[in-house]
Amino acid sequence: MKKIDFLMAGVGGQGTILASDILVEVGLQMGYDAKKSEVHGMSQRGGTVESHVRWGEKVYSPVVEKGQADYLIGFEMLEAARWTSYLNSTSAVIVNRFRIPPPAVNLGQKAYPSEQELEDYINTRAGQLQWVEGTAIAKDLGNPAMAGVVLLGALFARVGGTESAWLNVIEQLVPQKFVELNKQAFKKGQEL
Amino acid sequence: MKKLMSGNEAIAYGAYLSGVKVGSAYPGTPSTEIMENFVKYPGVYTEWAPNEKVALDVGVGSAYAGTRTMVTMKHVGLNVAADPLFYVSYTGSNGGLVIINADDPGMHSSQNEQDNRNYAKFAKVPMLEPADSEEAKQYVGVALEISETYDTPVILRTTTRISHSKSAVEVEPAPPVVEKTALPAYQRNPGKYVMVPANARRRHPVVEERQNRLTQYAENSPLNRIEPGDDGIGIITAGIAYQYAREVFPTASFLKLGLVHPLPDQLIRDFAGQVRELIVIEELEPFIEEHVKLMGIPVRGKEIFPIIDEFSPQVVRECAIAAGLIEADPVLSDTPATQLDLPVRPPMLCPGCGHRGVFYTLKQLDVLVLGDIGCYTLGAGPPLAAMHTTGCMGAGIGVAHGIDKAGVSDRYVAVIGDSTFFHSGINPLINVLYNQGTTTTILLDNRVTAMTGHQMHPGSGRTLQNKETIEVNVSALARGIGYEKVDEVSPYDLEKLSAVIEDHLESKIPSLIVVKHPCVLYTRERHPVPVVDPDTCINCGTCLDLGCSPLTQEEDNISINPMLCNGCGMCAQVCPTGAIQTDQTSS
Repeated sequence: MKKIDFLMAGVGGQGTILASDILVEVGLQMGYDAKKSEVHGMSQRGGTVESHVRWGEKVYSPVVEKGQADYLIGFEMLEAARWTSYLNSTSAVIVNRFRIPPPAVNLGQKAYPSEQELEDYINTRAGQLQWVEGTAIAKDLGNPAMAGVVLLGALFARVGGTESAWLNVIEQLVPQKFVELNKQAFKKGQEL
Repeated sequence: MKKLMSGNEAIAYGAYLSGVKVGSAYPGTPSTEIMENFVKYPGVYTEWAPNEKVALDVGVGSAYAGTRTMVTMKHVGLNVAADPLFYVSYTGSNGGLVIINADDPGMHSSQNEQDNRNYAKFAKVPMLEPADSEEAKQYVGVALEISETYDTPVILRTTTRISHSKSAVEVEPAPPVVEKTALPAYQRNPGKYVMVPANARRRHPVVEERQNRLTQYAENSPLNRIEPGDDGIGIITAGIAYQYAREVFPTASFLKLGLVHPLPDQLIRDFAGQVRELIVIEELEPFIEEHVKLMGIPVRGKEIFPIIDEFSPQVVRECAIAAGLIEADPVLSDTPATQLDLPVRPPMLCPGCGHRGVFYTLKQLDVLVLGDIGCYTLGAGPPLAAMHTTGCMGAGIGVAHGIDKAGVSDRYVAVIGDSTFFHSGINPLINVLYNQGTTTTILLDNRVTAMTGHQMHPGSGRTLQNKETIEVNVSALARGIGYEKVDEVSPYDLEKLSAVIEDHLESKIPSLIVVKHPCVLYTRERHPVPVVDPDTCINCGTCLDLGCSPLTQEEDNISINPMLCNGCGMCAQVCPTGAIQTDQTSS
């Protein structure tokens, strides 16, 4: 059973933690030892959120090691780029094409890097990079907060496993009244 | 069956399985979720105490009465609760008493990274340290058994990465429901529980003798185990550092400690004899290392691994490579990516937060602000930058009074939150009055402990168990202790807020301004998003001084991100040209 290390990065309030809760549970359901780690507390205040998820035969550290991430899932473009040092030449990166300007950009003190700059930067280390219109797709479905589940759909298309395992976990962990919409979001992500 | 749980969830589960019936706590990252999860189990009583000292006194009383009890707090909370920790070490706990202490290496959400293993040694009480959620669950039960067997409080120490990481936990059968028959009578034993000097002198030898017995226990306890590997490097470690070390040294021998105080001398000696080189891998202080060195055993620790910041697999690996303990892995020591300037994203006050109005006003008035710990500490960051000291909870009022008595010429105010006011703000408020100071205290009253995730407090009107209760009225409280100048004002009326603060600064008597509005993130209060008229907006950037994330400077004018905006309308109040229009009436 080969280890798979995931890193999810976003901004507080984007649903990064829910998505990582789903991902670690899917790992356990698929028979892996699975761990995850993130730091919360300040995350609701619009700060950076990074969540580590690890699947393997036996997982010790709940934290992914730099250069070891197999997948980086960026919920926001700048945040995806921030974790580039965790990648290696075989890593796959999935990035939601969505910007949330940080304070220095709002204040006109710093520039938000262009999409090309971010792409080039991530590609200095990553093996593959896929842009996903996660927020736009989720918005079309009626709730931009489901962007994370669109990204999980795109991730499933790469990682594999049984679809029902993923869908069952989504069903368990998202709010009851949004289960069907989230399943649609997952399918949309999968088809990209 | 296995279930994924965070360390905090697992501790709550372990407490339930072990028959803990009473829990008391003050919220504090990363410990908060323990009590929030424990309250969900049947047949338990839980409460938020106003501070950690009160929580531990409550826990002591419950344990004295023979009930298994859990008290939880973050590392700096144990500073506040240190007084009861030391007396209950002497008196013993009678019933099982476990204190969950969550350290925060790396200071993800704290003012320092003190290593509270030192408290175990200092107060002479045993300390357990789990390395994952399954151990967290099990160790609660073990801690309670030790507590009852040795008549001592027991500390269970976590760190942020244990508390907030999820790993698999074995689900156990629910504990049997024990029907209460008659209530037990309290066993009076003043010689043991009244710590006047004569009794305390008799208790100290008991404590020393207990330490000796616990050291014997440590030698044979399954909490401490040797995991044999090759005979080159032997690693002594505990907690999350064990997991990182296991990644970096897959074939080494390990002495994995679950009981970090007292330490097992003979076991350490035996382990040292089995390996060629002994290494201690521990976050923060050289707690284990110094003990091993005092035993006269050659060992390396802090000369290889840092004393500062939390560890990670790469920190352990890089240090081990630098010390020549392992070879560098070419994949991991890959050349770094080219540089790109990525603007940082510090946490900010939420869109619509009332605290913003206070700090914006204080900045306009250019007063010295003596602060405190909570969401509002974010008022120290740019562009608000209107807080000049922050030390610990409750500190601001005392610090302000000291500045007053030192006789500085600056105008100054103390700022404190409502939860921290109940925590430790009332005593310094009394001190200002009693010692004839002139400090104006601004109480940022949003009716909830917001920073840690909206826990109830004595001003919230609800208990942890979600029962309705009295809502302590802070204005009435201040008037009751003798404050004559007390005003309440909304943080969203900037003109009035500024006038009230000016008025209080002019007055020469101690005074209190209660800036009152429920936390909008908690109540989910929203209003229509204001509209920017691009023709009227001169792009002057005045509204950006509010430091509100939806406000963005475009090429020609300001824009408001409707997905983030809460519609509070402060930006419209500060706009000098009237370019931002709100429709507050349609809220």
